[in-house]
Amino acid sequence: MRRLILLLSLIPLAACQQAVNNPYPTEEAGLGILYSAFSERPKHLDPARSYSSNEVAFTGQIYEPPLQYHYLKRPYELIPLTAEAVPRPRYEDAQGRSLPEDAPAAAIAVSVYEIRIRPGIRYQPHPAFSLDGAGKPRYLPIPTALLDEVTAIPDFPEPGTRELTAEDYVYQIKRLAHPGLHSPILGLMAGHIVGLGDLAKTLEAEARHGKGGWLDLRNQPLAGVQVVDRYTYRILIKGKYPQFIYWLAMPFFAPVPWEVDAFYSQPGMAEKNLVLDWWPVGTGPYMMTVNQPHRQMRLTRNPHFRGEPYPAEGAPGDAEAGLLADAGRTMPFVDEAVYSLETETIPYWNKFIQGYYDASGISSDNFDQAVQAGAGGEVDVSPEMAARGIELKTSVSASLFYTGFNMLDPVVGGLDEKRRKLRQAIAIAMDNEEFVAIFRNGRGIPAQGPLPPGLFGYRDGREGMNARVYDWVDGQPVRKSLTEAKRLLAEAGYPGGRDAVTGRPLVLNFDTPARGPDDKARLDWLRKQFRKIDIELVIRGTDYNRFQDKMREGTAQIFEWGWNADYPDPENFMFLLYGPHKKVGSGGENAANYQNPEFDRLFVQMKDMDNGPARQAIIDRMVDILREDAPWIFGFYPKNYALHHGWLHNVKPNLMANNELKYRRVEPGSRSVARQEWNRPHWLGPALLAGVLVLGLYPAWRAYQRRQQAPGRSGRTEP
Amino acid sequence: MSAYLLRRLAYALPILLGVNLLTFALFFMVNTPDDMARLHLGVKRVTPEAIENWKAARGYDKPLFLNVQASGSGVLTDTIFFEKSLAMFAFEFGQADDGRDIGNEIRTRMWPSLAIALPTFVIGLLVNISVALILVFFRHSYVEWTGVVLAVAMMSISGLFYIIAGQYLFAKVWALAPISGYQDGFNAARFVWLPVLVGVVGGLGAGARWYRTLFLEEAGKDYVRTARAKGLSEARVLFRHILKNGMVPILTGAVAVFPLLFMGSLILESFFGIPGLGSYTIDAINAQDFAIVRAMVFLGAVLYILGLILTDLSYTLVDPRVRLK
Repeated sequence: MRRLILLLSLIPLAACQQAVNNPYPTEEAGLGILYSAFSERPKHLDPARSYSSNEVAFTGQIYEPPLQYHYLKRPYELIPLTAEAVPRPRYEDAQGRSLPEDAPAAAIAVSVYEIRIRPGIRYQPHPAFSLDGAGKPRYLPIPTALLDEVTAIPDFPEPGTRELTAEDYVYQIKRLAHPGLHSPILGLMAGHIVGLGDLAKTLEAEARHGKGGWLDLRNQPLAGVQVVDRYTYRILIKGKYPQFIYWLAMPFFAPVPWEVDAFYSQPGMAEKNLVLDWWPVGTGPYMMTVNQPHRQMRLTRNPHFRGEPYPAEGAPGDAEAGLLADAGRTMPFVDEAVYSLETETIPYWNKFIQGYYDASGISSDNFDQAVQAGAGGEVDVSPEMAARGIELKTSVSASLFYTGFNMLDPVVGGLDEKRRKLRQAIAIAMDNEEFVAIFRNGRGIPAQGPLPPGLFGYRDGREGMNARVYDWVDGQPVRKSLTEAKRLLAEAGYPGGRDAVTGRPLVLNFDTPARGPDDKARLDWLRKQFRKIDIELVIRGTDYNRFQDKMREGTAQIFEWGWNADYPDPENFMFLLYGPHKKVGSGGENAANYQNPEFDRLFVQMKDMDNGPARQAIIDRMVDILREDAPWIFGFYPKNYALHHGWLHNVKPNLMANNELKYRRVEPGSRSVARQEWNRPHWLGPALLAGVLVLGLYPAWRAYQRRQQAPGRSGRTEP
Repeated sequence: MSAYLLRRLAYALPILLGVNLLTFALFFMVNTPDDMARLHLGVKRVTPEAIENWKAARGYDKPLFLNVQASGSGVLTDTIFFEKSLAMFAFEFGQADDGRDIGNEIRTRMWPSLAIALPTFVIGLLVNISVALILVFFRHSYVEWTGVVLAVAMMSISGLFYIIAGQYLFAKVWALAPISGYQDGFNAARFVWLPVLVGVVGGLGAGARWYRTLFLEEAGKDYVRTARAKGLSEARVLFRHILKNGMVPILTGAVAVFPLLFMGSLILESFFGIPGLGSYTIDAINAQDFAIVRAMVFLGAVLYILGLILTDLSYTLVDPRVRLK
């Protein structure tokens, strides 16, 4: 009993030292750890496979491709990461003769990118690099007893390291062709990198006839990728492909040493999830030390990281925002990053408010609690958030959501005048301003064209307005009237929403995989937009697989789609409407199956051009063609709203960079104080609850006692 | 008894084969191997060749049940069904379609699931029985009426409400428990008590009503009337006679669900961030990961059969009249 009293008296004492609801271990208090969350487990961490943003959020901190995006400057600018400099391509004709930089694209047979990396860069500690006394790999082959013992890479007792070399980059490019990896960019890159397609065929044949196990890619020649010397490698690109430089800033082109590939290919490793897809190996500022995607991921500072200075220059306003306060200081600042799995928004949001996550997005449920709009439409955090020192950062995403017409459809497709006018009429009726206000809490900019802000080719103001849908009134675009839409509809052969020949009402179909109760309001809104011009819209809801089938077979009529930029170049959006990329037949990304000969010709011309007035002029014409043909109703560019606590510094949304963790800095002291203050335990509430329960049981207790003392019992008992 | 057990185990084989067959038929009715490949390869830049390669690498390029192009036994064995089913009976679940080891995942995730499910089950059972006994003890009184009304009300409230209310009160307003998360070892207690409390309270309405019905049925039997006629106290009648005899259906019911506790609870684990098995199957269905779906359905069927066999065994323990032959 005395022990119990002592134990009970210790509870409030323990609560004084650390909040009782703190989900993290006591020993982490006061450490320079960044706490974040993820809602979906990453599928792939192998740099040849990871593509989704939730995967790159991890791989981007570990792997180092030769280039990176400047963290602060806008428009986005590529700068060296492990490379000495951003490579400039050298052009050659079919005979191997050098061509000038301004040579016409048609004359260029090969573009040569020569990349020199900086010496002295070392890999994170890893058993694949560990050597024994004789200089041979210690864990190749891995002793069976040790394999039985280990469950994670940090369990290996003697990790090693080695210097990064050009050969590691070449090895990884060959891995893109590996038949077992299914790299999502193999198809694309095989069309650009000399010899990559042939290598893929060779490796596939070898894999089919081989015995399995490790495929040593060092022995596989790849004509288009060569090691020049220890620190230099060369990539040969077919023709001219200026966008290739952006791929050099993605983990697909990060180094993978052959030792790592050989280490992970050993028998018995996959059964313990000891594979590169689970335990990445890189030269970056962080290494993965815990990988439990059903629970927690942990990135820890790489002790061999060379250090990198925080940028000294930024965009206008960055200095005032305090984003240059750490200029020149050596990164990374945070020792560790802990990512916890949060599949539900309620616990995620509450833990952010309690100070247990350093940053958070804003779901629709919490929007009003988190954000308020000023009289001039400007947004800021609510007073409740401001009182906690929470700050808001907004950015326009390099993405576009649009409503597409299947151009192969006999009713809404085709490039003839009538169908074009039908699509234009619908584009006017579809009030995207209202959609953004109702369904996205204002978090979006109604789109005037296919290119989002921040990309070359985007035009703002009057010259960027879609004149087929908007009028310029009082210095801003105003959607044309429904009268105009109905006029276009009549000219399209559907006066009053009825076929002028048959008199039948015009009924259109919207194909969507969204058919749950959460989607009902949005789909009702959509029907309403069509009804405004007397068109009946039928929602054809289907499951995701059947929807994809419809899109592939070209049997959908109207649909919603979106695109998130891979890199900041207009080609990455315009190719979505390039005729040869049609989904039907070629399986490309042109979901609307749009094909306009002039647009296609201009696209081929534009994609190989350097940014400048000539390219801008072509883009303007292309955008104009799209507005006229209206294969898409340009929806909106989403706006990201992100919150972070005042103790988290150097937060600037960068929609292209994926290695943002090294820039972040936390103040653990301020965080500890705030957590303590915001999470004082309240014992009175549960005590009252317990009291009510006891009081509720009291009459029963009394009745029991009365009955025990009663002289005799009847069939009925009364309390 | 051994013969009985052997016979039951032998019956289990065709049942498991049937479950496997049904899983195959249902899964591939909704998802084709092409759909699976597309979902795994992502939504961007997926070429038809990549889809074919993905299917070939995982053996999904073969016919489902009958390979008419093969010869001899290959007609049946050179199929997706045969190749993917056989190893399951040796409890070799292989790798998920995303390349990760399923057995490893199950072994890791079953412990947090148990950490929630076992105490919720045991404490829930005790609390439900206790409340039911109180209701029976005070039958025909306002205590019973109030209790039954409360139980019906509690049954009618969605389980999600208990979770959100529990998190709001205990974790947010009173700051007495982490809202979500998990740690290993003894530290798990800090994270487990709130979901267990929510689980127990959430199941109280239905549980108490069910056990009350069982006890009331017993209370109306002749031996109870005899006990009362002998002048035994109501408490003695209740705890010595009614409870003891009422334990037969309670015990057998409890034993049947006991093995399934490994499978975890989807919503409870999801809201409280418990890294258990609860969401493993649902996530796999969403990701169209057939390897995981078939493994988990198979495991669920095995555990269910095990539960039924244990139920039969428990009958012999609590009711001496029952003999297994």
